[in-house]
Amino acid sequence: MKELILQVKGLGKSFGGIQAVNNVSFNVEKNQIMAIIGPNGAGKTTLFNLITGFNHPDAGQKIFRGESFENAKPHEIAALGIARTFQNLSIFGNLTTCQNVMVGRHTRSKGEFFCSALGLTRVIKQEKSIRREALQFLEFVGLADKADKMAGNLPYGEQKLLETARALAIEPELLLLDEPAAGLNDKETEDMSNIIKEIQKKGTTVLLVEHDMSLVMNISDHILVLNYGVNIAVGTPEDIQKNPLVIKAYLGEELDECIA
Amino acid sequence: MTKHNLPLYLLFSLAILLFPFLIANEYFLTVMIVIGINALVALGLILLIGFTGQLSLCQAAFYGIGAYTTGVLSAKFSFNPWFSIAVGIVMACCLAFVLGLPALKLKGHYLAMATLGFGEIINIVFKEWGNLTGGPSGLIGIPQLALGGFMFDTDLRYYLLVWFIVLVVIAILFNLTNSRIGRGLLSIKHSEEAAASLGVAVATYKIKIFMCCAALGALGGGLYAHYITVISPEAFDVFHSIVLIIMVVTGGLTYIEGGVIGAFLFTLIPELLQAVEDYSIITYGFILLFILMFMPQGIAGLFNSGIKKIKGHLFNKVNVL
Repeated sequence: MKELILQVKGLGKSFGGIQAVNNVSFNVEKNQIMAIIGPNGAGKTTLFNLITGFNHPDAGQKIFRGESFENAKPHEIAALGIARTFQNLSIFGNLTTCQNVMVGRHTRSKGEFFCSALGLTRVIKQEKSIRREALQFLEFVGLADKADKMAGNLPYGEQKLLETARALAIEPELLLLDEPAAGLNDKETEDMSNIIKEIQKKGTTVLLVEHDMSLVMNISDHILVLNYGVNIAVGTPEDIQKNPLVIKAYLGEELDECIA
Repeated sequence: MTKHNLPLYLLFSLAILLFPFLIANEYFLTVMIVIGINALVALGLILLIGFTGQLSLCQAAFYGIGAYTTGVLSAKFSFNPWFSIAVGIVMACCLAFVLGLPALKLKGHYLAMATLGFGEIINIVFKEWGNLTGGPSGLIGIPQLALGGFMFDTDLRYYLLVWFIVLVVIAILFNLTNSRIGRGLLSIKHSEEAAASLGVAVATYKIKIFMCCAALGALGGGLYAHYITVISPEAFDVFHSIVLIIMVVTGGLTYIEGGVIGAFLFTLIPELLQAVEDYSIITYGFILLFILMFMPQGIAGLFNSGIKKIKGHLFNKVNVL
């Protein structure tokens, strides 16, 4: 059995009368790519928000590297080594591409208000190394030549890459990508899937939500299927493609029910 | 300090140092002292509104807390003026913490609403706590500052003191905003979710920066009280808070320079327009409208993009050659 990096046990969350996530349990093995799929409104993004602390679970347990972190706030979870991107891009448009990634180095650099205000030499030295490191992450996604452009002026596909680079700048052990290929054309989707494979090669575990099935089937080691907030199947891409429950969730029942 | 703003900073410091010796005019010195004090108060707002994206409508109240705390302590209880200025700053920080703790944990405009009410309450306290603050007629007999045997009793001496402090504060703010903290603040302004997802402690940073903002306001208030020696509540009312916001918007919210430029402009405008003083509110309204329509980045923004354009033209020519 491989080492588990994330364990989710019986996680639940309801908004008013709607049970968005209901008793979901799964494990993520270290250094694998796991995809979460499901129809719209299945609770995929809510599950991400629960893991990263943006929503508070009503029930259940989440364990990262053997330690539970139910009460951690989002920024504390980032410091633990869990990074994420957002479904509706949330880059800092008025900062340059490089500055965006430099924000990602926040947990990997030191100096609070007082030290920074004094402008000590070690703070200035650190600034230089933060920029150098940020450029390496931009290089990794192929945006190094756009480092000093305003991030808001980049085309959509490049903004997606930038957001990924920014999350990687945390040097996370677990990276959560919320619909990395949404809105991308075929070429960009292929680039993105190559980048995700590269991230895995670097030793980072990836958990992703995605609607693009060819991407999901191509790169995932395991797939988790949600429907109406319930975990209906877990398995390898081959298992999932054959699973009758999954087919029902996506395509509906056999013909006679439609006629009725 | 970065290599981009260091030359301009040194040039500005030199100009400030030489000014009183080139223009030996008491009136101009007085105006420059008030500009320096306003700049301190405005710089606090630049940090809070321009860098962190939180709106406060009570900066004049912190300015007043700084002025009244030191005024009351030194005039009524004969405390050392420097000590009482420090007490004023600590007081403003504590109040900012208590006010910010609930308001800043929530998203949206809660801070603006809470500060609007807070500013009004503080102003009522200044007016009604008569036996301590002197009520509407004001607090008199605030001593002048002295350091050892050296009295800051002439305008020239006070000018040098105030601008020395302003220049130190500007240097500190340049350092702060060009560090990981400054980037953290900017990230909060753009998206609190994204900032938190990258490890920025959003709530803590917002409260800390609100306290910094209040501290700068109180520092300005303390220097004001010991310069004017007579203070009255209307200088610290909600309208003045709004004027301070117009000041930083006009100067350029996202630039440290913007606070200083705004202070220059809005200290000079009332001096120039003394004849039409009754219409000052309308004048300010028009200025704000004009700035928002034609230069939303403020004067400092216009200045910076101008420099960028000139640099661009120069480099283009070099490339053609």
